[in-house]
Amino acid sequence: MSFINYSSREINCKIVYYGPGLCGKTTNLQYIYANTNQAAKGKMISLATETERTLFFDFLPLSLGEIRGFKTRFHLYTVPGQVFYDASRKLILKGVDGVVFVADSQIERTEANVESVENLRTNLGEQGYDLDKIPYVIQYNKRDLPNAASLEELQNLLNPRGVPHFEAVAPKGEGVYETLKAIAKLILTELKKGT
Amino acid sequence: MQPQMVMYDEEFQQISAVCERLAREANAKIVFLVDKNGQLIASVGATENLDTTSLASLTAGNIAATGGLAKLIGEKEFSILFHEGEKDNLHISIIGGRVILVVIFDTRSSLGLVRLRVKKASDELNKIFDGLMKKVQVPGAGSPFAEITDDDIDNLFSE
Repeated sequence: MSFINYSSREINCKIVYYGPGLCGKTTNLQYIYANTNQAAKGKMISLATETERTLFFDFLPLSLGEIRGFKTRFHLYTVPGQVFYDASRKLILKGVDGVVFVADSQIERTEANVESVENLRTNLGEQGYDLDKIPYVIQYNKRDLPNAASLEELQNLLNPRGVPHFEAVAPKGEGVYETLKAIAKLILTELKKGT
Repeated sequence: MQPQMVMYDEEFQQISAVCERLAREANAKIVFLVDKNGQLIASVGATENLDTTSLASLTAGNIAATGGLAKLIGEKEFSILFHEGEKDNLHISIIGGRVILVVIFDTRSSLGLVRLRVKKASDELNKIFDGLMKKVQVPGAGSPFAEITDDDIDNLFSE
């Protein structure tokens, strides 16, 4: 849940990047970190293995500016994508305000994508959240690869609810900010409703 | 699902006062409070050269991970964690099951003293948070964001 601080006039929200192993969650955060000006970002933390696979989470705090005198701060987290880190994934979803699902567009990863969305739904459910109700966007990453599945196929498979979706090439930054903006907007719109 | 966390000026002053007194009485370097989602609530002491945002996030991750461990062995949670370093030590405790109190101290203090003072401060903080939660649940307390427009949100991304 977001944290509204009237004392420091800040509102803090938590965004989680979810998706199968090696789909590019950490790459999204790294791109945002590298391309955001110093004043708007905090330190990026990566709890990763020696081979740079996310072990627990990556964390990046961002300030987006002010709305009606309140500073909006977003805490971006990634989860470890590999199947056996499920216990850690559950922990990171605690208190989430919005989820970005990063799908790996490669045909070979179709099953991993589907499995990961199912896993997201289950783990959110355990925390009392419904994937069909929370702010949620999908990013189809690795669009530049020759073995990428068609957008239509991916949409049919992963986006029955028709949430906002973006095509991306995360290392080049294509689609990265668009995805972030979309989820931030959805979260603020949800806050406006005063849930 | 956890309830929405809100902080008002009045409670913030009370919380800061308790933390400041705890830091003084426990001879601690830094005292800070974090909610279980990793949001920093208050910090006092020598925080100038410290990345408190990261500390908050990692503390919450730490508590969440140890909480997971606790459940695996049939405990509800571990309410106190202690990390001992060469110079500085971390004392982490859960208050009222919802917020995390962290005390950083060195050889000028001791684990016994910190535990003693933390216990007293925890009771006081618990009372403040009880009051705060009641205040939040009053209907009409409303979000400050209730009146923002779509334009306000768009403007945030216009540059």
